[in-house]
Amino acid sequence: MTLDTVLVIAAALFSVGVYGALSQQVVVMVMMGLELMLNGVILAAAGLWWFLSPAPDGQVLLLVVIAAMTVEMAMGFAVATLLNRSRKSDMTDMATDLSG
Amino acid sequence: MSPVLDAVFWVLAVISVAAGIAVFRVDSMARATYALAVSFVAVGAMLLLLNLEYIGVITILMMVMEMAVMAIFMIMFMGMNPALMPMSMVHNRVGSLVLALGVFVVLAGGALLVDWPERRGEPAGELTRSLGEAVMGSKMLVMLTVSPLLFATLVAALVLANPRGRYDRFGDDLRATTPRGPGERGEQA
Repeated sequence: MTLDTVLVIAAALFSVGVYGALSQQVVVMVMMGLELMLNGVILAAAGLWWFLSPAPDGQVLLLVVIAAMTVEMAMGFAVATLLNRSRKSDMTDMATDLSG
Repeated sequence: MSPVLDAVFWVLAVISVAAGIAVFRVDSMARATYALAVSFVAVGAMLLLLNLEYIGVITILMMVMEMAVMAIFMIMFMGMNPALMPMSMVHNRVGSLVLALGVFVVLAGGALLVDWPERRGEPAGELTRSLGEAVMGSKMLVMLTVSPLLFATLVAALVLANPRGRYDRFGDDLRATTPRGPGERGEQA
């Protein structure tokens, strides 16, 4: 296990998340893609912390990323609930009012 | 790192990425949720290998619970048993795949090409304790910022998800003297 390998695996997780966030139509599946992206960010931050500068500051950054995941999930579910109530659908393609 | 731990790391790495890919390959949302939970557990275990006991454990615990909540939401929104209903709801598959591959090439290329510096400093003897001391000491401002953010998220999520706000009960100008009940005239069902 080296920093390079950890970062490549984190990049793979992030890229799979990008694919999911861009390609999925169901809001909850889009959220899964975003979660995978943050999963990769957590792994990359942990690798950088351990291999470059294992001071407590890096762990605090990881806590912030985990808090960001929590916020993303809570707001995602709230928006999905609102969308479901107003449009009777949970598809992103049904919420394109603001698209050009 | 010992060869055994190195092998464990590679197994976890393969599981995390394979489970991540499975999220968007399996034909039911419930299976996708489980696959994402497996990916998170594998990453949490990798964090444990990096001696991040506290962060690794809360990642595993939090994400397993989060995936359980996600499964409930899926059943609620889809109005069916998602484990039994094969489905594929994607758009722009090729474009997304090309973009994702491009992101991977850029990120992985950067990771491999950058000349990373040598490690500076040594980890504290008790990492969890040092994290607690950082949070309660020099990094308290970070937590003080995160706390109102989480509170604001709670409020915003409740406002968005609430089916009947004050405008539904008291009208658009908020001048109704008595609140309207659910489904009454003038209120959206």
